[in-house]
Amino acid sequence: MPKNQKNQTVISVENISKVYQVGEVETVALDTVSFTIAKGEFVAIMGPSGSGKSTLMHILGALDTPTSGTYTLDGELVSSLSDDELADIRNRKIGFIFQAFNLLPRTTALHNVMLPMAYAGIPVAEREERAADALTKVGLANRIHHYSNQLSGGQQQRVAIARGIVMDPAILLADEPTGNIASNQADEVMEIFHTIHRQGHTIVMITHEPDIAAHAERILHIKDGKLVNDERNTQKTQRVRKPEDRKTG
Amino acid sequence: MDIREQVVESFRTLTVNKLRTGLAILGIVIGIGSVIALISLGQGSQQMVQNQIQSLGANLLTVQPGFSQSGSVRGAAGGGTTLTLDDALALSTDPTITTVKNVSPEVSSRQQVTAGRNNANEQVYGVYPAYADIHKITLSSGSFVTTSDLAAQRKVAVIGPQVVTDLFATDANPVGQKIRVKGQEYTVIGVTASKGGTGFQNQDAIIYIPLSTAQKSITGSSSINSISVEAASQDVMTTAEDQVGYALLKRHKIADPTQADFSIFSQQDILNTASSVTGTFTSLLSGIAAISLLVGGIGIMNIMLVTVTERTREIGLRKALGAKRATIIRQFLIESIILTILGGCIGMAFGATVSFILSKVLSIPFTITMSSVLLSIGVSGGIGIIFGWYPARTAAKLQPIEALRYE
Ligand SMILES: Nc1ncnc2c1ncn2[C@@H]1O[C@H](COP(=O)(O)OP(=O)(O)OP(=O)(O)O)[C@@H](O)[C@H]1O
Ligand SMILES: [Mg+2]
Repeated sequence: MPKNQKNQTVISVENISKVYQVGEVETVALDTVSFTIAKGEFVAIMGPSGSGKSTLMHILGALDTPTSGTYTLDGELVSSLSDDELADIRNRKIGFIFQAFNLLPRTTALHNVMLPMAYAGIPVAEREERAADALTKVGLANRIHHYSNQLSGGQQQRVAIARGIVMDPAILLADEPTGNIASNQADEVMEIFHTIHRQGHTIVMITHEPDIAAHAERILHIKDGKLVNDERNTQKTQRVRKPEDRKTG
Repeated sequence: MDIREQVVESFRTLTVNKLRTGLAILGIVIGIGSVIALISLGQGSQQMVQNQIQSLGANLLTVQPGFSQSGSVRGAAGGGTTLTLDDALALSTDPTITTVKNVSPEVSSRQQVTAGRNNANEQVYGVYPAYADIHKITLSSGSFVTTSDLAAQRKVAVIGPQVVTDLFATDANPVGQKIRVKGQEYTVIGVTASKGGTGFQNQDAIIYIPLSTAQKSITGSSSINSISVEAASQDVMTTAEDQVGYALLKRHKIADPTQADFSIFSQQDILNTASSVTGTFTSLLSGIAAISLLVGGIGIMNIMLVTVTERTREIGLRKALGAKRATIIRQFLIESIILTILGGCIGMAFGATVSFILSKVLSIPFTITMSSVLLSIGVSGGIGIIFGWYPARTAAKLQPIEALRYE
């Protein structure tokens, strides 16, 4: 894929399958899925519970490897990269928001959000500033010094979102980012996503709520591990309030 | 993340997880502390026995009668009658004996002793004035047996502090009082200072009278029980032993040294025997220490391994956020080293305190050797570091998702 092409492909999966073997039973979580995502696209993935969405997302985030098939990220074959190269890619290129949040226990919200920047070698003062900024964006300015276990589910999710966006990643992978959040806060999160999207960053987001999926430009439907539908979103929601108030974008 | 920052991060992790940190440190403290305390106790008691033997008199040779090997009868040392006062006097005048400073002939027997209505069975020694010098006897009051007491065969006695308590119930000064030994009256002329009587023989429970008096009134024989010989210095002990031995062989007209009718012991012989006994004691304690090291080690290992579940998820998360394998392993290594250093210092202080208190209670010298400290810290520290590092290394090799899902 030539890099200078206008409609450059960042994510390209070809016939990827993921089979889990539990004892005698084989679970096919992903079944020969193929698609590409262009740079700057905003994609939603929908599908029933257990259809393989998270499995797919982990593979896209270079956190897991497919049983078969190839995954090309930014022109590089992921299976050919070393452990450390992948760590670097996850750190600098990808922001991952876990469905289960995965915050460090007994650690403050601020420190959780600072963690990816620590591995990027960003100076401590800048880390604190950027982490506080990101937490403010997700509406947690007054919870910065709370420990992760002192936060509600929705607040933990927003800390996870702040951690996912704090490195300003080229690709944001969000697994049910609004699953635990009230709808008005979900709108704020979507607003943040739109801002990121407008900066030319790529977003892939799993959701089972149609009105959240409606924010995306494109919706992939997955069922029983198969890609069953790949549609352009025609009535795209682009509700952006007071764009001038935003620091960036 | 550079090392300095990782150290800070490690301290943060350790202080945040207080229980986990506390248990790991406790394991290390017990492992190190018990080893240091036990080895220190063993060495302290060894030291004590050596000190006691040394306090009996340095550079001392003891000649005792007895056929070492003679035909069918094998006489026990000290049991014969082959040593005489003349032998002892000859040893102090013989020109071939150049390395001897002092000679003290001794007779001893157990006697019923009375003072007023009190009555005790005591060890009675017939001695020369040189005895006090050789055996490092000092007096708390009065004076020791003198040459004129000896010449006049006076019935005078110098008694140990234990004898004073046995015979004189009141705390009146016994000097000048009378005691009766084997039916005859003796005047107490002195009391010896306490030697702390826990040796082979209680040095505080002895009555000293002039040798001439003892031979005439108690044993009724010219033979003596032993001759103590003080060598000029520690270095000439063996020469002195040889010179005394050959002089006596010549006097007794014995050509073959294996047929000697006396035996010579040196303080060194006793010291060696005692050392081998306490050495066994120390090995025993070392064995116990090794077991506590093992138990402590298993404790450390357990707590390190038990935390793996939680830590594996943490490792998965850190990898997902971009931590490299080496960075993660380094962080766990730093944490283990901090734990080990902390536990090691507390353990050393703990072990030293315990052995200090015990040494005071048991009144033995307080000694701590570098080797026991190094051994315990080496083993406990090694275990702590290995079992902190190894599971981290294994977890760091997992895919981030596998580690995050670890149960
Ligand atoms: N580690 C695993 N071992 C075995 N089976 C697994 C494992 N992880 C996932 N699965 C199975 O793979 C399938 C897909 O799981 P996945 O988590 O991708 O679903 P999902 O689409 O994200 O569901 P949800 O919407 O509930 O989050 C499920 O049937 C699940 O049971
Ligand atoms: Mg899921």
